[in-house]
Amino acid sequence: MDVEILARLQFAFTIAFHYIYPPLSIGLGVLMVAFEGLYLKTKNKEYETLARFWTKIFALTFGIGVATGIVMEFEFGTNWATYSKFVGDVFGSALAAEGIFAFALESGFLGILLFGWNRVTPVVHFISTVGVLFGSMFSAVWIVVANSWQQTPAGYHIVGEGLRARAEIVDFWAMVFNPSSVDRLLHVWVGAFLAGAFLVLSVHAYYLLKGRYVEISKKAFKIALVVATVSSLLQLVIGHHSAEGVAENQPAKLAAFEGHFDSLAVADMYIMGWVDKESQTVTGIKIPNGLSFLLHQDFETPVTGLNAFPEEDRPSQVNAVFQFYHLMVAIGMALIGMTLLACWFWWRGKLFEKKWLLSAFVWAVILPQLANQFGWFAAEMGRQPWVVYGLLRTSDALSKAVTANQVLFSLIMFAFIYTLLLALFLYTLNKKIQHGPYDEGELDDRNRQKEMVEEMVG
Amino acid sequence: METFIGIDYPTWWFLIVGAVFSGYAVLDGFDFGAGAWHLFFKKEKSRRIALNAIGPVWDGNEVWLVIGGGALFAGFPVVYATILSAMYIPFMLFLMFIILRAISIEFRSKEKMLWWRKMWDVTYSVSSIMLALMLGIVLGNVLQGFPLTENEELSVPLLHVLNPFSLLVGATTLALFMMHGAIYLTMKTEGRLFAKLTILLKRAIIAFVVLFSISTIYTLIYIPHLSDKFKEFPALFIVPLMAILSIANIPRLTSKRKYFAAFLFSALAICLLFIIVAIELYPVILFSTIDPQYHITIYDASSSIKTLKIMLTFAAIGVPLIASYTFFVYRTFRGVVKLDETSY
Ligand code: HDD
Ligand code: HEM
Ligand code: HEM
Repeated sequence: MDVEILARLQFAFTIAFHYIYPPLSIGLGVLMVAFEGLYLKTKNKEYETLARFWTKIFALTFGIGVATGIVMEFEFGTNWATYSKFVGDVFGSALAAEGIFAFALESGFLGILLFGWNRVTPVVHFISTVGVLFGSMFSAVWIVVANSWQQTPAGYHIVGEGLRARAEIVDFWAMVFNPSSVDRLLHVWVGAFLAGAFLVLSVHAYYLLKGRYVEISKKAFKIALVVATVSSLLQLVIGHHSAEGVAENQPAKLAAFEGHFDSLAVADMYIMGWVDKESQTVTGIKIPNGLSFLLHQDFETPVTGLNAFPEEDRPSQVNAVFQFYHLMVAIGMALIGMTLLACWFWWRGKLFEKKWLLSAFVWAVILPQLANQFGWFAAEMGRQPWVVYGLLRTSDALSKAVTANQVLFSLIMFAFIYTLLLALFLYTLNKKIQHGPYDEGELDDRNRQKEMVEEMVG
Repeated sequence: METFIGIDYPTWWFLIVGAVFSGYAVLDGFDFGAGAWHLFFKKEKSRRIALNAIGPVWDGNEVWLVIGGGALFAGFPVVYATILSAMYIPFMLFLMFIILRAISIEFRSKEKMLWWRKMWDVTYSVSSIMLALMLGIVLGNVLQGFPLTENEELSVPLLHVLNPFSLLVGATTLALFMMHGAIYLTMKTEGRLFAKLTILLKRAIIAFVVLFSISTIYTLIYIPHLSDKFKEFPALFIVPLMAILSIANIPRLTSKRKYFAAFLFSALAICLLFIIVAIELYPVILFSTIDPQYHITIYDASSSIKTLKIMLTFAAIGVPLIASYTFFVYRTFRGVVKLDETSY
């Protein structure tokens, strides 16, 4: 295999693995702040127990997020040397800002968040939790800005020729607020909130089904349900706005999202389908002229199709891009459906009687994770063949000195270590969940006693 | 060229990148050092105390590597790209050990089984040792230079990366970090473990002094370009002199049981060693062993002045922030380690 394919595979694999954890950390951060804030406000110990329990799980996701993130930072230099030189001026400043403002904030307060329960006052501890949440949200800011700049470059000029060409910043704020960064940042944040909220929903739904930690789980489930419902609705709005941006700035990508080839034609919108690149047709369930309507608010206006671009300037994996995009949207709709249904039962006072719904929530934890991955795959594969849209091709971005064998070696190494990491993560997560928020054996535990009384009475 | 307080921007960034990496060496240095000693502690309780001595801070320390990498990428993209792709395999192994070390700290305490804890103890200690060695080896290679020609992208075979000089620098770095880590641990422990550490510390100091002397002599004989600056400006000798004095001060302070002061001096010694490196290099960052005309200087490698300015502003805002909460964290966890339910 050639270096380019291997290097792309390696990047995709390592970043996709990294991206399992940060969204969980960010999303759990939101809920930890909610639990701890409620504890400070109501002085109800149950909220403290929840905050402490989820902090332990947060420590796990965070730890793996950090370990795998460091790999990402150096991979630009090792595998994509030409790219690094090209974007260094623009991109470096975003990465440096990330280190200075986000990671340092995060890890600084992390020590207090994890180990400081008995050492600082509850208010200082709460401030640290908020600090960690902000830190993790800022981490997303700069890296998404950098990636958005690759999608829709702005605020730069090119100096130098040929392979020595590089982008230099002329307007910092135009670089930061490039056409896609705000939409994409919001989309990424809300995707992270969903990942965290659904983990909390899943674990507490599991406890409820097993009849363990019942009172505390009801509280946690409701809070997480609020976060999940608001986020899933928001995600639709933001995602739609993002798509309008893609139509404007990266028409070839949008055309690939919908498998739309013919430029003069009105575009349909598919609920699901299969793209045949050879015959340039899509078979599936569609809303006729739907895409035209979504983008232009009428059913007549044509949408730029893939054929408007020379063969070498359009994404080659049209079907894959189409599938990833559609799966993400389908999951988004499923999340909206589930959360609204749960809210309806909550309003009717029957939420915790619906065992089937709780079981669905136990498994639904996987959905936001998949949507997050699919979203990135669609966005990144749709950007091909460009690393920096319209400016630098992926095939030119490689490290010239690195050989296929070296990349293969490191790919195998990462595959091995990451499998181990994933296994450890799942094993430890399961163990923490089985152990639960507090020791059920402890007789002097008020929560447990209350629970036992309630179980006996009702 | 535009300047700020009389110093041009690429030089500012040279100083900043250097400062961040020395900060990194001071901070992760003691926790790599502590990790390198780990298997010397035999009792479970001692191991846990040693691990928890770095527990709340190691992650924050590692952020300095992230910032250093970011600062290098941002300030000198050419250097970032060239070094990392040239030493591809060593850096991949470095990343592997970083991950293994992080997970061994994280997962060791999650199970009580003896084999489980042993396995992670070994992983933790070996990866700490390897990381210290590898940092030194990279430094050794940078000091020696690379076979750079007009084509910036080069690949250095593994056997060349592991040359005698860089191995020597690697061993010296390991000894330095082990000394530094032992001092840190003495501040955090009491009783038998503390007594044991004072003995280990003495050995580490001796090992470091011996290795440091050998590598200095080796440098003077085999890599003369590194001492050019000192020959040209003899006043600069003040820096190595101060470094030697601070190192000499460490045994004096430890025998008086002033461990915190000793820690500060070993931190100072690390910074001074970095200053020596900076003097030896400046204004070149990557030496060409082929011909001086292919040296990559900070002016060839830097980002645009505008970017450097923007990032200087970031640093000016960010660094005091980082310093203040780092101070707060270390203050919160000051004193001897006490294990509780949140410990590793
Ligand atoms: C700031 C930069 C940046 C950020 C934040 C991301 N990526 Fe990316 N990605 C790149 C920078 C990049 C890149 C270096 O530019 C790559 C390498 C090769 C390429 O074409 O683009 C790339 C490629 C790439 C590919 C391979 C596409 C292909 O070769 O066809 C995938 C699947 C992803 N990325 C997935 C992700 C995921 C799941 C991310 C979420 C965390 C992510 N990317 C964030
Ligand atoms: C190629 C792109 C990326 C690089 C180079 C990168 C780099 C890093 C690094 C170096 C760390 C460790 C920081 C530390 O030591 O504390 C880290 C952790 C983290 N990253 Fe990434 N990252 C990337 C993608 C992303 C994305 C897209 C997000 C968006 C959500 C993100 C969010 C985080 C967060 C929140 C953490 C803290 C650890 C955690 O919460 O799991 N990263 N990343
Ligand atoms: C509900 C309907 C949704 C729509 C219409 C939508 C739309 C989009 C669009 C158009 C993009 C590509 C943006 C670009 O390439 O610049 C995208 C990317 C992405 N989506 Fe969605 N999305 C939806 C739901 C979701 C959900 C539920 C999640 C996760 C829980 C999610 C996570 C992501 C992520 C992580 C990306 C990559 C980052 C980015 O490019 O913004 N999306 N989405």
